[in-house]
Amino acid sequence: MKLSYFPGCSLESTGKEYDLSSRAVCKALGIELMELKDWVCCGATSAHSTNHTLSVALPARNIALAQEQGADLTTPCSACYSMLKKTDYTLRNDETMRQKTENITGFKYDGKVNVLSLLEAIITGIGVKSIAKSVKKPLKGLNVVCYYGCLLVRPPEVTQFDNRENPESLDNIINSLGAHTIPWSYKTDCCGASLSLTSSDIVQKMVGRLLNAAKEAGAGAIVTACPLCQSNLEMRRNKGDTDIAAFYFTELIGLAMDLPDTDRWFKLHLVDPRPLLRSLSLVR
Amino acid sequence: MSIINQEGLDFYREIREKSGQPIELCYQCQKCASGCIATEYADFYPNEILRLVQLGQKEKALNCSSIWICSSCETCGARCPNGINTRAVIDVLKEMAIAENMVKEKKVHLFHTTFLNSVRANGRVHEPVMLAIFKLKSKDLFSDLGFGFDMFKKGKMPLLPSRVKNRKILQNIFKQSYQ
Repeated sequence: MKLSYFPGCSLESTGKEYDLSSRAVCKALGIELMELKDWVCCGATSAHSTNHTLSVALPARNIALAQEQGADLTTPCSACYSMLKKTDYTLRNDETMRQKTENITGFKYDGKVNVLSLLEAIITGIGVKSIAKSVKKPLKGLNVVCYYGCLLVRPPEVTQFDNRENPESLDNIINSLGAHTIPWSYKTDCCGASLSLTSSDIVQKMVGRLLNAAKEAGAGAIVTACPLCQSNLEMRRNKGDTDIAAFYFTELIGLAMDLPDTDRWFKLHLVDPRPLLRSLSLVR
Repeated sequence: MSIINQEGLDFYREIREKSGQPIELCYQCQKCASGCIATEYADFYPNEILRLVQLGQKEKALNCSSIWICSSCETCGARCPNGINTRAVIDVLKEMAIAENMVKEKKVHLFHTTFLNSVRANGRVHEPVMLAIFKLKSKDLFSDLGFGFDMFKKGKMPLLPSRVKNRKILQNIFKQSYQ
Protein backbone atom coordinates (compact mmCIF):
# COMPACT_ATOMS: atom_id res chain seq x y z
CA MET A 1 0.00 0.00 0.00
CA LYS A 2 1.31 3.44 -1.00
CA LEU A 3 0.22 6.61 0.80
CA SER A 4 1.11 10.29 0.61
CA TYR A 5 2.48 11.25 4.00
CA PHE A 6 1.85 14.58 5.73
CA PRO A 7 4.02 14.81 8.87
CA GLY A 8 2.97 18.34 9.92
CA CYS A 9 4.96 20.92 11.87
CA SER A 10 4.82 19.32 15.33
CA LEU A 11 6.30 16.08 14.05
CA GLU A 12 9.42 18.04 13.05
CA SER A 13 9.99 19.12 16.66
CA THR A 14 7.92 18.37 19.79
CA GLY A 15 6.44 15.21 18.27
CA LYS A 16 9.61 13.93 16.65
CA GLU A 17 9.30 10.42 18.11
CA TYR A 18 5.82 10.15 16.60
CA ASP A 19 7.28 10.86 13.15
CA LEU A 20 10.17 8.41 13.62
CA SER A 21 7.96 5.63 14.96
CA SER A 22 5.24 6.19 12.32
CA ARG A 23 7.75 5.90 9.49
CA ALA A 24 9.44 2.83 10.99
CA VAL A 25 6.21 1.00 11.77
CA CYS A 26 4.67 1.70 8.35
CA LYS A 27 7.80 0.43 6.64
CA ALA A 28 7.75 -2.74 8.74
CA LEU A 29 4.02 -3.28 8.08
CA GLY A 30 4.42 -2.82 4.34
CA ILE A 31 2.94 0.67 3.98
CA GLU A 32 5.05 2.85 1.71
CA LEU A 33 4.88 6.46 2.90
CA MET A 34 5.75 9.09 0.31
CA GLU A 35 6.26 12.40 2.09
CA LEU A 36 4.16 15.07 0.44
CA LYS A 37 6.56 17.21 -1.57
CA ASP A 38 6.62 20.84 -0.39
CA TRP A 39 3.74 20.42 2.08
CA VAL A 40 2.54 23.53 3.94
CA CYS A 41 1.26 23.87 7.50
CA CYS A 42 -2.42 22.93 7.85
CA GLY A 43 -3.09 26.22 9.69
CA ALA A 44 -4.34 24.35 12.77
CA THR A 45 -6.51 26.06 15.39
CA SER A 46 -5.00 29.45 14.62
CA ALA A 47 -6.31 29.49 11.04
CA HIS A 48 -9.83 28.26 11.72
CA SER A 49 -10.15 30.58 14.73
CA THR A 50 -9.27 33.70 12.80
CA ASN A 51 -9.78 33.30 9.03
CA HIS A 52 -12.11 30.74 7.48
CA THR A 53 -10.79 31.19 3.94
CA LEU A 54 -7.23 30.56 5.08
CA SER A 55 -8.30 27.52 7.11
CA VAL A 56 -9.57 25.88 3.92
CA ALA A 57 -6.90 27.16 1.52
CA LEU A 58 -3.86 25.90 3.49
CA PRO A 59 -5.06 22.28 3.77
CA ALA A 60 -6.34 22.47 0.16
CA ARG A 61 -2.80 23.17 -0.99
CA ASN A 62 -1.79 19.83 0.56
CA ILE A 63 -4.72 18.02 -1.01
CA ALA A 64 -3.59 19.48 -4.35
CA LEU A 65 -0.09 18.08 -3.77
CA ALA A 66 -1.52 14.67 -2.83
CA GLN A 67 -3.60 14.73 -6.00
CA GLU A 68 -0.39 15.28 -7.98
CA GLN A 69 1.25 12.36 -6.19
CA GLY A 70 -1.80 10.24 -6.92
CA ALA A 71 -2.10 8.46 -3.60
CA ASP A 72 -4.41 8.76 -0.60
CA LEU A 73 -3.21 11.17 2.06
CA THR A 74 -2.41 10.16 5.62
CA THR A 75 -1.11 12.03 8.66
CA PRO A 76 -0.33 10.84 12.19
CA CYS A 77 -1.33 14.18 13.79
CA SER A 78 -5.01 14.39 14.77
CA ALA A 79 -5.12 18.16 14.43
CA CYS A 80 -3.62 18.12 10.92
CA TYR A 81 -5.93 15.24 10.05
CA SER A 82 -8.94 17.25 11.18
CA MET A 83 -8.01 20.28 9.08
CA LEU A 84 -7.29 18.15 5.99
CA LYS A 85 -10.42 16.04 6.40
CA LYS A 86 -12.69 19.04 7.01
CA THR A 87 -11.26 20.76 3.97
CA ASP A 88 -11.84 17.66 1.85
CA TYR A 89 -15.43 17.59 3.15
CA THR A 90 -15.89 21.26 2.24
CA LEU A 91 -14.39 20.84 -1.23
CA ARG A 92 -16.63 17.82 -1.82
CA ASN A 93 -19.88 19.38 -0.58
CA ASP A 94 -19.70 23.17 -0.86
CA GLU A 95 -19.45 24.30 -4.46
CA THR A 96 -19.02 28.02 -3.77
CA MET A 97 -16.20 27.38 -1.35
CA ARG A 98 -14.63 24.88 -3.72
CA GLN A 99 -14.49 27.38 -6.57
CA LYS A 100 -13.10 30.07 -4.31
CA THR A 101 -10.45 27.73 -2.92
CA GLU A 102 -9.50 26.41 -6.36
CA ASN A 103 -8.90 29.99 -7.49
CA ILE A 104 -6.73 30.80 -4.49
CA THR A 105 -4.62 27.66 -4.58
CA GLY A 106 -4.55 27.21 -8.36
CA PHE A 107 -5.69 23.60 -8.66
CA LYS A 108 -8.73 21.65 -9.79
CA TYR A 109 -10.18 19.38 -7.10
CA ASP A 110 -11.00 15.94 -8.48
CA GLY A 111 -12.07 14.24 -5.24
CA LYS A 112 -9.97 11.15 -5.92
CA VAL A 113 -7.70 11.50 -2.89
CA ASN A 114 -8.96 10.13 0.41
CA VAL A 115 -7.78 11.67 3.68
CA LEU A 116 -7.01 9.16 6.44
CA SER A 117 -5.64 9.43 9.93
CA LEU A 118 -2.66 7.10 10.33
CA LEU A 119 -4.71 5.07 12.82
CA GLU A 120 -7.42 4.59 10.20
CA ALA A 121 -4.87 3.79 7.49
CA ILE A 122 -3.27 1.09 9.63
CA ILE A 123 -6.50 -0.47 10.87
CA THR A 124 -8.23 -0.51 7.47
CA GLY A 125 -5.16 -1.09 5.30
CA ILE A 126 -3.32 -3.65 7.42
CA GLY A 127 -5.89 -4.87 9.92
CA VAL A 128 -5.68 -6.21 13.44
CA LYS A 129 -5.02 -9.82 12.41
CA SER A 130 -1.96 -8.96 10.32
CA ILE A 131 -0.62 -6.73 13.09
CA ALA A 132 -1.04 -9.58 15.59
CA LYS A 133 0.89 -11.87 13.25
CA SER A 134 3.81 -9.46 13.05
CA VAL A 135 4.22 -9.29 16.84
CA LYS A 136 7.58 -10.67 17.97
CA LYS A 137 7.57 -9.43 21.54
CA PRO A 138 4.06 -9.45 23.07
CA LEU A 139 3.58 -6.54 25.47
CA LYS A 140 2.62 -8.81 28.35
CA GLY A 141 1.74 -7.12 31.61
CA LEU A 142 1.29 -3.69 30.07
CA ASN A 143 -2.06 -2.28 31.20
CA VAL A 144 -3.14 0.81 29.30
CA VAL A 145 -6.06 3.08 28.55
CA CYS A 146 -6.47 4.25 24.95
CA TYR A 147 -6.89 7.97 24.52
CA TYR A 148 -8.32 8.95 21.12
CA GLY A 149 -8.75 12.63 21.90
CA CYS A 150 -11.22 14.86 20.08
CA LEU A 151 -10.56 14.97 16.42
CA LEU A 152 -10.12 11.38 15.23
CA VAL A 153 -13.85 10.76 15.60
CA ARG A 154 -15.40 14.23 15.56
CA PRO A 155 -17.24 15.80 13.85
CA PRO A 156 -18.72 12.38 13.00
CA GLU A 157 -20.32 13.46 9.70
CA VAL A 158 -16.85 14.51 8.50
CA THR A 159 -14.59 11.79 9.94
CA GLN A 160 -16.95 8.84 9.33
CA PHE A 161 -14.64 6.78 11.49
CA ASP A 162 -15.29 4.49 14.45
CA ASN A 163 -17.80 5.19 17.23
CA ARG A 164 -18.00 8.86 18.20
CA GLU A 165 -18.54 8.19 21.92
CA ASN A 166 -16.79 4.87 22.48
CA PRO A 167 -14.25 4.23 19.71
CA GLU A 168 -12.50 0.87 19.72
CA SER A 169 -10.05 0.76 16.80
CA LEU A 170 -7.05 1.80 18.87
CA ASP A 171 -8.01 -0.62 21.67
CA ASN A 172 -8.17 -3.42 19.10
CA ILE A 173 -4.68 -2.64 17.80
CA ILE A 174 -3.16 -2.40 21.26
CA ASN A 175 -4.83 -5.65 22.36
CA SER A 176 -3.43 -7.39 19.29
CA LEU A 177 0.05 -6.46 20.55
CA GLY A 178 -0.46 -8.53 23.69
CA ALA A 179 -1.07 -5.54 25.96
CA HIS A 180 -4.25 -5.19 27.98
CA THR A 181 -6.55 -2.24 27.38
CA ILE A 182 -8.85 -1.09 30.15
CA PRO A 183 -12.23 0.49 29.41
CA TRP A 184 -12.60 4.05 30.69
CA SER A 185 -14.91 6.99 30.11
CA TYR A 186 -12.37 9.53 28.92
CA LYS A 187 -11.44 8.16 25.49
CA THR A 188 -12.59 11.23 23.59
CA ASP A 189 -12.34 13.98 26.21
CA CYS A 190 -10.24 17.00 25.34
CA CYS A 191 -6.66 17.50 26.62
CA GLY A 192 -6.88 21.28 26.19
CA ALA A 193 -4.99 21.30 22.90
CA SER A 194 -3.35 24.62 22.01
CA LEU A 195 -4.70 26.27 25.18
CA SER A 196 -1.60 24.70 26.68
CA LEU A 197 0.39 27.76 25.70
CA THR A 198 -2.12 30.48 26.48
CA SER A 199 -3.96 29.11 29.52
CA SER A 200 -1.68 26.43 30.91
CA ASP A 201 -3.48 26.48 34.29
CA ILE A 202 -6.70 25.30 32.62
CA VAL A 203 -4.89 22.60 30.66
CA GLN A 204 -3.22 21.42 33.84
CA LYS A 205 -6.68 20.81 35.31
CA MET A 206 -7.89 19.01 32.18
CA VAL A 207 -4.79 16.81 32.07
CA GLY A 208 -5.02 16.14 35.81
CA ARG A 209 -8.55 14.86 35.31
CA LEU A 210 -7.40 12.47 32.57
CA LEU A 211 -4.40 11.18 34.53
CA ASN A 212 -6.49 10.60 37.65
CA ALA A 213 -9.09 8.69 35.64
CA ALA A 214 -6.38 6.56 34.03
CA LYS A 215 -4.87 5.77 37.43
CA GLU A 216 -8.29 4.97 38.86
CA ALA A 217 -8.85 2.54 35.98
CA GLY A 218 -5.62 0.81 36.94
CA ALA A 219 -3.58 1.76 33.89
CA GLY A 220 0.19 2.07 33.85
CA ALA A 221 0.14 4.09 30.66
CA ILE A 222 -2.01 6.17 28.32
CA VAL A 223 -1.82 5.51 24.58
CA THR A 224 -2.21 8.53 22.30
CA ALA A 225 -2.54 9.26 18.59
CA CYS A 226 -1.81 12.99 18.56
CA PRO A 227 1.30 15.09 19.27
CA LEU A 228 -0.73 17.71 21.11
CA CYS A 229 -2.40 15.16 23.41
CA GLN A 230 0.96 13.52 24.05
CA SER A 231 2.84 16.73 24.89
CA ASN A 232 0.02 18.02 27.09
CA LEU A 233 -0.12 14.72 28.99
CA GLU A 234 3.63 14.93 29.58
CA MET A 235 4.16 18.67 30.09
CA ARG A 236 1.03 19.74 31.92
CA ARG A 237 0.99 17.14 34.68
CA ASN A 238 1.96 17.90 38.25
CA LYS A 239 5.70 18.18 38.68
CA GLY A 240 7.32 14.87 39.54
CA ASP A 241 4.22 12.81 38.70
CA THR A 242 5.69 9.81 36.89
CA ASP A 243 3.03 7.24 37.84
CA ILE A 244 1.58 7.09 34.36
CA ALA A 245 3.59 6.87 31.14
CA ALA A 246 2.30 8.14 27.79
CA PHE A 247 3.03 6.44 24.47
CA TYR A 248 2.23 7.11 20.85
CA PHE A 249 0.40 4.04 19.54
CA THR A 250 3.02 3.65 16.82
CA GLU A 251 5.74 3.32 19.48
CA LEU A 252 3.92 0.38 21.04
CA ILE A 253 3.44 -1.32 17.66
CA GLY A 254 7.18 -0.84 17.03
CA LEU A 255 8.08 -2.21 20.46
CA ALA A 256 5.90 -5.31 19.96
CA MET A 257 7.41 -5.83 16.50
CA ASP A 258 10.82 -5.58 18.16
CA LEU A 259 11.99 -2.84 15.80
CA PRO A 260 15.57 -1.67 16.42
CA ASP A 261 15.02 2.06 17.11
CA THR A 262 12.53 2.00 19.97
CA ASP A 263 15.02 3.18 22.57
CA ARG A 264 15.75 6.26 20.46
CA TRP A 265 12.04 7.18 20.48
CA PHE A 266 11.57 6.66 24.21
CA LYS A 267 14.60 8.83 25.00
CA LEU A 268 12.84 11.78 23.39
CA HIS A 269 9.94 11.73 25.85
CA LEU A 270 9.65 14.43 28.49
CA VAL A 271 8.43 11.77 30.92
CA ASP A 272 10.66 8.72 30.49
CA PRO A 273 8.49 5.62 29.88
CA ARG A 274 11.41 3.19 30.17
CA PRO A 275 11.20 2.55 33.94
CA LEU A 276 7.71 1.12 33.38
CA LEU A 277 8.88 -0.98 30.42
CA ARG A 278 11.92 -2.20 32.36
CA SER A 279 9.72 -3.25 35.27
CA LEU A 280 7.82 -5.46 32.80
CA SER A 281 11.05 -6.68 31.17
CA LEU A 282 9.94 -5.20 27.85
CA VAL A 283 13.18 -3.22 27.41
CA ARG A 284 16.60 -3.64 28.89
CA MET B 1 -44.11 43.45 20.29
CA SER B 2 -40.50 42.87 19.48
CA ILE B 3 -37.71 41.92 21.81
CA ILE B 4 -34.92 42.14 19.25
CA ASN B 5 -33.99 45.31 17.35
CA GLN B 6 -32.91 45.52 13.73
CA GLU B 7 -29.20 45.55 14.56
CA GLY B 8 -29.62 42.42 16.66
CA LEU B 9 -31.58 40.70 13.93
CA ASP B 10 -28.90 41.56 11.36
CA PHE B 11 -26.26 40.13 13.67
CA TYR B 12 -28.18 36.88 14.13
CA ARG B 13 -28.75 36.57 10.37
CA GLU B 14 -25.10 37.20 9.58
CA ILE B 15 -23.87 34.52 12.01
CA ARG B 16 -26.59 32.14 10.78
CA GLU B 17 -25.51 32.61 7.17
CA LYS B 18 -21.74 32.54 7.65
CA SER B 19 -21.74 29.51 9.93
CA GLY B 20 -24.40 27.65 7.93
CA GLN B 21 -25.70 26.30 11.24
CA PRO B 22 -29.43 26.10 12.17
CA ILE B 23 -28.94 28.27 15.27
CA GLU B 24 -32.71 28.89 15.51
CA LEU B 25 -33.24 25.22 16.38
CA CYS B 26 -31.45 25.38 19.73
CA TYR B 27 -34.00 24.74 22.49
CA GLN B 28 -31.55 24.91 25.40
CA CYS B 29 -31.39 21.20 26.25
CA GLN B 30 -27.81 21.82 27.47
CA LYS B 31 -26.44 18.55 26.18
CA CYS B 32 -23.55 20.59 24.75
CA ALA B 33 -22.88 22.27 28.09
CA SER B 34 -22.87 18.93 29.91
CA GLY B 35 -20.05 17.69 27.71
CA CYS B 36 -18.08 20.94 27.50
CA ILE B 37 -14.91 20.78 29.55
CA ALA B 38 -13.50 24.14 28.45
CA THR B 39 -16.20 26.71 29.14
CA GLU B 40 -16.43 25.80 32.80
CA TYR B 41 -13.31 27.98 32.95
CA ALA B 42 -14.94 30.87 31.08
CA ASP B 43 -18.12 32.95 31.08
CA PHE B 44 -20.76 31.27 28.88
CA TYR B 45 -21.69 27.66 28.12
CA PRO B 46 -22.18 26.71 24.45
CA ASN B 47 -26.00 26.79 24.72
CA GLU B 48 -25.77 30.27 26.26
CA ILE B 49 -23.66 31.47 23.34
CA LEU B 50 -26.31 30.21 20.92
CA ARG B 51 -29.00 31.97 22.93
CA LEU B 52 -27.05 35.24 22.84
CA VAL B 53 -26.86 34.94 19.04
CA GLN B 54 -30.57 34.06 18.76
CA LEU B 55 -31.39 37.19 20.76
CA GLY B 56 -29.05 39.42 18.77
CA GLN B 57 -26.82 40.21 21.75
CA LYS B 58 -23.87 41.15 19.56
CA GLU B 59 -21.59 42.76 22.09
CA LYS B 60 -22.06 40.06 24.73
CA ALA B 61 -21.49 37.28 22.20
CA LEU B 62 -18.42 38.85 20.58
CA ASN B 63 -16.80 40.27 23.68
CA CYS B 64 -16.88 37.05 25.70
CA SER B 65 -14.16 34.81 26.99
CA SER B 66 -15.73 31.45 26.11
CA ILE B 67 -15.30 31.71 22.35
CA TRP B 68 -11.51 31.91 22.91
CA ILE B 69 -11.28 29.36 25.72
CA CYS B 70 -13.20 26.85 23.55
CA SER B 71 -10.63 24.27 22.48
CA SER B 72 -12.61 23.29 19.35
CA CYS B 73 -13.01 19.72 20.62
CA GLU B 74 -16.28 19.35 18.65
CA THR B 75 -18.11 17.58 21.50
CA CYS B 76 -21.01 20.08 21.49
CA GLY B 77 -21.73 19.57 17.80
CA ALA B 78 -21.39 15.79 17.92
CA ARG B 79 -24.01 15.58 20.68
CA CYS B 80 -26.46 18.26 19.54
CA PRO B 81 -29.90 16.71 18.90
CA ASN B 82 -30.62 19.48 16.40
CA GLY B 83 -27.45 19.13 14.35
CA ILE B 84 -25.91 22.48 15.30
CA ASN B 85 -22.13 22.52 15.04
CA THR B 86 -21.46 25.13 17.70
CA ARG B 87 -17.72 25.09 17.00
CA ALA B 88 -18.50 26.46 13.53
CA VAL B 89 -20.64 29.21 15.10
CA ILE B 90 -17.84 30.05 17.53
CA ASP B 91 -15.30 30.30 14.69
CA VAL B 92 -17.51 32.88 12.96
CA LEU B 93 -17.90 34.80 16.24
CA LYS B 94 -14.13 34.88 16.74
CA GLU B 95 -13.50 36.14 13.23
CA MET B 96 -16.09 38.87 13.73
CA ALA B 97 -14.75 39.77 17.18
CA ILE B 98 -11.36 40.40 15.59
CA ALA B 99 -12.89 42.57 12.85
CA GLU B 100 -14.89 44.57 15.42
CA ASN B 101 -11.94 44.89 17.79
CA MET B 102 -13.75 43.10 20.60
CA VAL B 103 -11.30 40.33 21.48
CA LYS B 104 -11.66 39.46 25.15
CA GLU B 105 -8.84 36.90 25.45
CA LYS B 106 -5.98 38.89 23.94
CA LYS B 107 -3.33 36.33 24.80
CA VAL B 108 -5.10 33.60 22.81
CA HIS B 109 -5.42 35.93 19.83
CA LEU B 110 -1.76 36.88 20.15
CA PHE B 111 -0.86 33.20 19.97
CA HIS B 112 -2.90 32.72 16.79
CA THR B 113 -1.30 35.77 15.17
CA THR B 114 2.21 34.65 16.10
CA PHE B 115 1.50 31.13 14.83
CA LEU B 116 0.16 32.34 11.48
CA ASN B 117 3.03 34.81 11.03
CA SER B 118 5.35 31.83 11.30
CA VAL B 119 3.34 29.99 8.63
CA ARG B 120 3.33 33.07 6.42
CA ALA B 121 7.11 33.40 6.70
CA ASN B 122 8.13 29.80 6.10
CA GLY B 123 5.06 27.88 5.01
CA ARG B 124 5.52 25.77 8.12
CA VAL B 125 5.61 26.59 11.81
CA HIS B 126 9.10 26.75 13.21
CA GLU B 127 8.08 25.87 16.76
CA PRO B 128 11.22 27.08 18.64
CA VAL B 129 11.17 30.62 17.19
CA MET B 130 7.37 30.88 17.14
CA LEU B 131 7.19 29.92 20.82
CA ALA B 132 10.01 32.28 21.78
CA ILE B 133 8.31 35.21 20.01
CA PHE B 134 4.98 34.35 21.66
CA LYS B 135 6.58 34.10 25.09
CA LEU B 136 8.35 37.43 24.60
CA LYS B 137 5.27 39.26 23.34
CA SER B 138 3.06 37.87 26.08
CA LYS B 139 5.70 38.86 28.67
CA ASP B 140 5.83 35.34 30.00
CA LEU B 141 9.31 34.29 28.98
CA PHE B 142 10.15 32.01 31.87
CA SER B 143 7.13 29.78 32.48
CA ASP B 144 8.16 26.92 30.17
CA LEU B 145 11.86 27.62 29.86
CA GLY B 146 12.77 24.32 31.56
CA PHE B 147 10.77 22.32 29.01
CA GLY B 148 12.36 24.36 26.22
CA PHE B 149 15.89 23.49 27.36
CA ASP B 150 14.90 19.88 27.87
CA MET B 151 13.56 19.60 24.35
CA PHE B 152 16.56 21.47 22.93
CA LYS B 153 18.92 18.97 24.57
CA LYS B 154 16.90 16.10 23.11
CA GLY B 155 17.19 17.60 19.64
CA LYS B 156 13.50 18.43 19.40
CA MET B 157 14.04 22.11 18.80
CA PRO B 158 15.64 22.51 15.35
CA LEU B 159 17.56 25.78 15.04
CA LEU B 160 16.71 26.36 11.41
CA PRO B 161 13.18 26.45 10.04
CA SER B 162 12.06 24.01 7.39
CA ARG B 163 10.71 26.11 4.53
CA VAL B 164 8.46 25.47 1.57
CA LYS B 165 9.87 26.04 -1.92
CA ASN B 166 6.78 27.30 -3.71
CA ARG B 167 6.57 30.75 -2.11
CA LYS B 168 4.31 32.12 -4.82
CA ILE B 169 1.35 29.90 -3.97
CA LEU B 170 1.93 30.43 -0.25
CA GLN B 171 1.96 34.22 -0.63
CA ASN B 172 -1.11 34.09 -2.81
CA ILE B 173 -3.01 32.01 -0.23
CA PHE B 174 -2.30 34.58 2.48
CA LYS B 175 -2.91 37.59 0.25
CA GLN B 176 -6.29 36.39 -0.96
CA SER B 177 -7.42 35.06 2.40
CA TYR B 178 -6.91 38.47 3.99
CA GLN B 179 -8.56 40.48 1.19
